[in-house]
Amino acid sequence: MYPPELLYTKEHEWIRVDETIGTIGITDHAQKELGDVVFVELPKAGDHVAAHESFGTVESVKAVSDVYSPATGEVLTTNKKLQDSPDLVNTDPHGEGWLVRVKLADRRETEGLMTADEYEAYVNEDTASTSPGGGNT
Amino acid sequence: MTATAGIELKRTALNAIHRAAGAKMVEFGGWEMPVEYSGIVQEHVAVRTRAGLFDVSHMGEIEIRGSRALDLVQYVTSNDAAKLQINQAQYTALMYPQGSAVDDCLLHKFAADHYFLCVNAANTAKDFAWITRHNSFGADVRDVSTNYSQLALQGPRAVTILTRVSQPDVAGIKYYWFTRAMCCGVEGLLARTGYTGEDGFEFYFPPSESECVWSGLLEAGRDDGLIPAGLGARNTLRLEAAFPLYGHELDSETTLLEAGLGWIAKLDKGDFLGRDALAAQKQFGTRKKLVGFEMADRGVARDSYPVSIGGERVGKVTSGSYAPFLKKNIGLAYLPPEKVNEAGARGIQIEIRGRAVPARLAPLPFYKRNKL
Repeated sequence: MYPPELLYTKEHEWIRVDETIGTIGITDHAQKELGDVVFVELPKAGDHVAAHESFGTVESVKAVSDVYSPATGEVLTTNKKLQDSPDLVNTDPHGEGWLVRVKLADRRETEGLMTADEYEAYVNEDTASTSPGGGNT
Repeated sequence: MTATAGIELKRTALNAIHRAAGAKMVEFGGWEMPVEYSGIVQEHVAVRTRAGLFDVSHMGEIEIRGSRALDLVQYVTSNDAAKLQINQAQYTALMYPQGSAVDDCLLHKFAADHYFLCVNAANTAKDFAWITRHNSFGADVRDVSTNYSQLALQGPRAVTILTRVSQPDVAGIKYYWFTRAMCCGVEGLLARTGYTGEDGFEFYFPPSESECVWSGLLEAGRDDGLIPAGLGARNTLRLEAAFPLYGHELDSETTLLEAGLGWIAKLDKGDFLGRDALAAQKQFGTRKKLVGFEMADRGVARDSYPVSIGGERVGKVTSGSYAPFLKKNIGLAYLPPEKVNEAGARGIQIEIRGRAVPARLAPLPFYKRNKL
């Protein structure tokens, strides 16, 4: 269910590394927890993002969630489709719902991230020990 | 599984059913409640266009009986209960002397000496204590919340769906009236009321029958597109309809006039808690005014975000969200009355994570259904 070609963070982001370029998004688990995504706020091309730091927000009807960068680098482009169709984050989180493309400062930085199998185990452990769903009515 | 450390959350009789249906459960008012099943947007749109079924068994119920029950009700609430016929309901507020609400609630008249209040879950104990404290009329006041489950069937198809499984004929129940009825073979109180801005019903019945009524209604409405809906959609639906939510638009610091609820403050009905404070405000003016707004630029306003006009902070958002049917980002906020005209002319800004995002005032309600 989690694509093997991606790497994953504990904060539920993924990154696909192609040579020196990283494509970043949030995981299927993250979009399920959030619910219907209605707004995505992203940095601009040229902006600097740092590993483990927030670079944007994904908002569902109920909740606002920060997105943390899996790696350090410079934003090359953002997913313009999300402006009119933020629900792509729900329907195709690991594909069409990607958030930003980054020129990586150091691709070795991603070596500590989880593989798909490791992330799946992490999520299963996580959901078993905490209550589901966020937000408040 | 409790979200609030050390406090055991209350569960409705349908808790296991909601979990089995894949609902996300959250804490609300001391209860563990379903916030969404298939998704807030889908559930919201279902209620606007077809029908949705809500478990609202967390709501509290208080009975007031006795020869002077009406006197007590008239003294502690703002609306004129003397206008009610038997089997009629009214929206009203339980009052503080300062003109603010202890709670907002639905009052039902069972008989000349018997009234029934439906109140907010988190306020039930506070409401009961408050009514009891002001009961110098010898009335019998009881918190009967554990005697009732409550389901809300809401949406344009609600009457069609309910007709299939209820007696007597539900189409004959007028808006804000109720009757004893059989629904899915279970006897209870069936009221044509709701909190969504759509036509619909609320059914109060014994908790032991909850599964039967819940599954019976879903089955009866399947071909009409009825789906279960959670507190998430309930909140966005009430916001589009600009219904206040206690703890957001209403609290002990906000008077009914400030909240735009002057229509349930019947100052000429005789003495009641808060009457003098409201009369004074009516004469000398209020301290704030509730306004509606919609975002004019990208961004979602959320509860407690600051509101400003040209750099000057003038208020706070009390409820803000994406509105799934209107497909806009909307909200409610309090402004100083003297700033409202300026806000209308110049627009306002909502401070979203340090960024001032423009918004414009919008007439309330944001959404009003087309009545047949």
